[in-house]
Amino acid sequence: MSAAQWRRAMNTQLPRAQVSVVTQAPDRSATSFPGYIPTQDLFNQNKSWLSRAWSIIRIRHSLVLLGLFIYPLIASPFFTYQIAAQSMALGLIALSLTFLGGYGGMVSLSQMTVAGVSGYLIAIFGTSSMTAISLGWPWWLAVIFSILIAIVFATLVGWLSIRTEGIHTIMITLAIGVAFFYLTQQNYVLFNGFQGFSKIGAPTVGDVDFKDPNAFYFLSVGCALLSYWSVKYLVRAPFGMALQGIRDNPRRMNSLGFNITAHRLAAHAFAGLLASVGGILLIWYNNRISPGSINTGALINILVIAVLGGMKHPIGAFIGAITFVLLQNFAIDLVDRQRFNLVIGSVFLLIVFFSPDGLLGLWQKLRVRWASSGRDERIQGSRRA
Amino acid sequence: MKRSELAFWWLLVLPLVLLSLWGLDEDATLFLKTTLNGLTLAALYFIVASGFTLVFGLMRNVNLAHGSLFLIGAYVGWIVGEYTGSWLLAVLAGFIAAAIIGVLIQIIVFRRMQGEDLRQTLVTIGLSIVLADLMLWYFGGEIYTFDPPAWIYGTTSLPIIEKFPTYRLIVLCISIVIGLGLWTVLTRTRIGMMIRAGVDDRGMLSASGVNVQRIFALTFALGAGLAGLAGVVGGTALSISPGEDTRYLLASLVVVIVGGMGSVPGAAIGALLIGLAEQFGQAYAPTYSVVFTFVIMIIALAFRPRGVLGKAI
Amino acid sequence: MQLSKRTLTRTVISAAILAATTGFAFAEGTLKVGLLSILEGPFAVPGQDGIRGAELALKQKGGTAGGMKIQLISGSSDGNPDKAVAATRKLVEQDKVQVMIGPLSGDEGIAVKNYAKTQAGITFINGSSGAQAATLNDPSTNFFRFNTEGAQWMVGLGDHALSKGYKKMFLIAEDYGFPYSQVQGFMASYCAKGGKVLDKAWVPLGTKDYASVIAKIPKDVDALLVVLGGSDAVNFLTQYEQAGGTKPMVGGSITVDQTVLNYKGKRRESLVGTASAGPMADSLDTAEWKKFVADYKANFKDGFPSPSLFAYLYYINTKAALDGLDAVKGDLSGGQKKYREALQKTKFVGPAGEVVIDANRNGVGPTYITEVTKAADGSLFNKVVKTVPNITQTLGLPEAEFKKMGLGTRDIPDCRK
Repeated sequence: MSAAQWRRAMNTQLPRAQVSVVTQAPDRSATSFPGYIPTQDLFNQNKSWLSRAWSIIRIRHSLVLLGLFIYPLIASPFFTYQIAAQSMALGLIALSLTFLGGYGGMVSLSQMTVAGVSGYLIAIFGTSSMTAISLGWPWWLAVIFSILIAIVFATLVGWLSIRTEGIHTIMITLAIGVAFFYLTQQNYVLFNGFQGFSKIGAPTVGDVDFKDPNAFYFLSVGCALLSYWSVKYLVRAPFGMALQGIRDNPRRMNSLGFNITAHRLAAHAFAGLLASVGGILLIWYNNRISPGSINTGALINILVIAVLGGMKHPIGAFIGAITFVLLQNFAIDLVDRQRFNLVIGSVFLLIVFFSPDGLLGLWQKLRVRWASSGRDERIQGSRRA
Repeated sequence: MKRSELAFWWLLVLPLVLLSLWGLDEDATLFLKTTLNGLTLAALYFIVASGFTLVFGLMRNVNLAHGSLFLIGAYVGWIVGEYTGSWLLAVLAGFIAAAIIGVLIQIIVFRRMQGEDLRQTLVTIGLSIVLADLMLWYFGGEIYTFDPPAWIYGTTSLPIIEKFPTYRLIVLCISIVIGLGLWTVLTRTRIGMMIRAGVDDRGMLSASGVNVQRIFALTFALGAGLAGLAGVVGGTALSISPGEDTRYLLASLVVVIVGGMGSVPGAAIGALLIGLAEQFGQAYAPTYSVVFTFVIMIIALAFRPRGVLGKAI
Repeated sequence: MQLSKRTLTRTVISAAILAATTGFAFAEGTLKVGLLSILEGPFAVPGQDGIRGAELALKQKGGTAGGMKIQLISGSSDGNPDKAVAATRKLVEQDKVQVMIGPLSGDEGIAVKNYAKTQAGITFINGSSGAQAATLNDPSTNFFRFNTEGAQWMVGLGDHALSKGYKKMFLIAEDYGFPYSQVQGFMASYCAKGGKVLDKAWVPLGTKDYASVIAKIPKDVDALLVVLGGSDAVNFLTQYEQAGGTKPMVGGSITVDQTVLNYKGKRRESLVGTASAGPMADSLDTAEWKKFVADYKANFKDGFPSPSLFAYLYYINTKAALDGLDAVKGDLSGGQKKYREALQKTKFVGPAGEVVIDANRNGVGPTYITEVTKAADGSLFNKVVKTVPNITQTLGLPEAEFKKMGLGTRDIPDCRK
């Protein structure tokens, strides 16, 4: 339950009829107190899941969904493909970092590496320009296996890094990522070295060719929405709550009987799933993969995206990704393209310095300021009345 | 030492000894040259990493702009060297420039974020991106090399190996001097005592009348200055170009992780391991030599997450 | 359902963002030509020189070609094939260019060629990319390369090395596509005429410390074949000299170029006499080259003292593109069919020799063998000692033999014994 919902629940008067009629007790009970909402109703558990869902959906959700739906109809194919679809793919990978870092307390710089692993496996298992290496399996088989192996890889990385914390985790995951980068650059038997693989396209399923910008856009938006909802659900489920507890105070959670290691490993595996899906989308988007896609700069870019948007809420990853992709594509039109790194670095620096929660944090601060000025007006108004 | 630990060390050391004997037998010159190359590379890594471990281990400050300090020291040193024609002045200038910028970073960034590890990391990453691009803008993408005195830059004749670059031996001597100097300062002088005390219990140190902020600024200046010094020294050996900052930052990270945070002897051990591994990898298995460094780090972490000589924080 | 102020503001803001990001219409009138180069990272300086070469070609035509005004829209990459394709995609799909010139580096060229296959209606002309595979492997009918590639640049150097008495050589090169091509070009004739390359030391990209590689150089080689790029070459030469090495060197096309000969540091006297080869040389004596240099100097006060390899390559490719437009009088209709036929027939005398393409749309041209010489004022420059004309992609070998050899890789070609 979000803070806004809690406040709303506490500040509105519910009609008596909604109070639970389990007891016909006289009015002297606590249930008669105005504003009191029995625990059951707080979570609406005696209603069906459909009505529960209906009460959660707000206007903004439907507006956003509508906007996403009609976007390709009004935007040019370039914007649909290069801007929107790419943001969704990058946002997915950044979402895995937000999940691990924001909710799990383990900032891992190797999410892009996991994405790279699944991307390379798609190239190796599927069809690509290097017919000597690619196995030519059907796309769905390649996707299943690459996601599974990427999850295993992510869990292994997690196993290595959960023994550490804070800055150590960052350094270790960075080193693992760089090691994998050098491995793919130097190995020609499996990874084809510096050139990598090209001509890896999205498949054609039935009548739909996913190489088409609109179809690919809907695919990536679909994956992004699914992962966003699953992360939102997971963090309020018992697993997510336990994970946040472990983030805040591992020792206490341990004494309560939770298996810290298992929870953390599971978190890494789930983040690995997200990152591998993002990696597959990215390789289908680029039609190629090479060591340059997973070098140090790319690893740090994912961190920049996640922090830019804000690590406190899953939507931050996508906001950061959209901002980053827009800057990347249009900086050349505004500023000298050579200084792109300076622009993105300064933006990142300013945001981390002044608003550690990224763009979302800035937005929250502004909201509070508007809300407090609104509340002052209402108080003034009610005083006058 | 427990029996299991003893067994582990034997398991690790015995293959290495056997391999070394085989290497000596096969081509003694190559083996000895590689060993000496490894030692000198380790010396360079030690100078860079010692600054990093000093700042992190003692002050718990994560400074991922350490590589940028290395590069700034190198470029400033180069300018001074060109202007005055003296290499020693260049080294000094590199040290001082990096120290000044280090103190600035400490005052502006770290003092406000004491204890917030992640935030420090992110701010210093952003800082390093910005600094790297500024330097690229100003100095361009060409490479810069130094002009040390001829007697440093020549060749020495050694037994068996025949010819070996003199400069690398000089780097080895410099790093030994720095290592001993650091150790002496930290363990035998009053300032060192104050630094170590400040890390253990700031409040108590402050209550005893010591200006804690000044001590920390001094430590940071020393750590940053070492990076700048390494910039000039390393730049003379291997030239300066953009991208060196990331390379030496990664190297310091690996050295410090393997050797243990906050331990100067640990940094020395880590540097030795990494330097030797890199050179032997390049000589005997060049294709994957770059991966060796990181594999060693991963293995070290799997068995000793705190590093070889790391202390529990 | 109450429409609170918050929701309203949010809707307005998001609608505004949506409107702004859906792309805006462009005005018609001029012909847009995309220009892709490396403008980020350490290769930004040579990349900028490539842009200068293209702009010079346009200036010489007075800014128009085929009766239309030409607008050059630049795109930037950082050497990464992914970024190159993304920048190309932006130029083609967002900025709606009709002709695309670029990219700069070898592996980018292969990636852009693969992208070109998906854009049949746009003509892609190379910038300076020199990887063999861009035109030899799975070529694209709308990708044209008017310059010769990396392997062609080294043909003839093998013979020259043999004539200097270098019968046994040791190779030190970077481990990626461009050096593979260069080494194949060298060894194609060197091995055939009896030379031996005893061993190859492929160093990973970005290596700075060559101590171990130097330690492995066999004692009985006559010379070293060094195919390293600018900064790596300087490092290697310095370290080699310090380690007491005295063997002469034969360099690749970018190993002893201007940046290396005049880098900011001690001059390397030991470089004098080093042989190299490439599609152009600073000291060419022809009238065309002198005019090119004079034009370059007059138009670009902020450029190099002499146009670099990249300026030259971008210049001839852009000039060919514009000449083709002139030939069809700007008619890009019918899927640019007439334009491509005109490009196939394009031929002119460039600053460093004739520019013409073969049936595979790859350049056929001369290679200049050079040696580092000391000028009267003490500076070092590359002096042309021999010109080898009309080199094709089969590198002087019969086509069947070349096909059997295949493209250059780490182990192909090989002649140790």
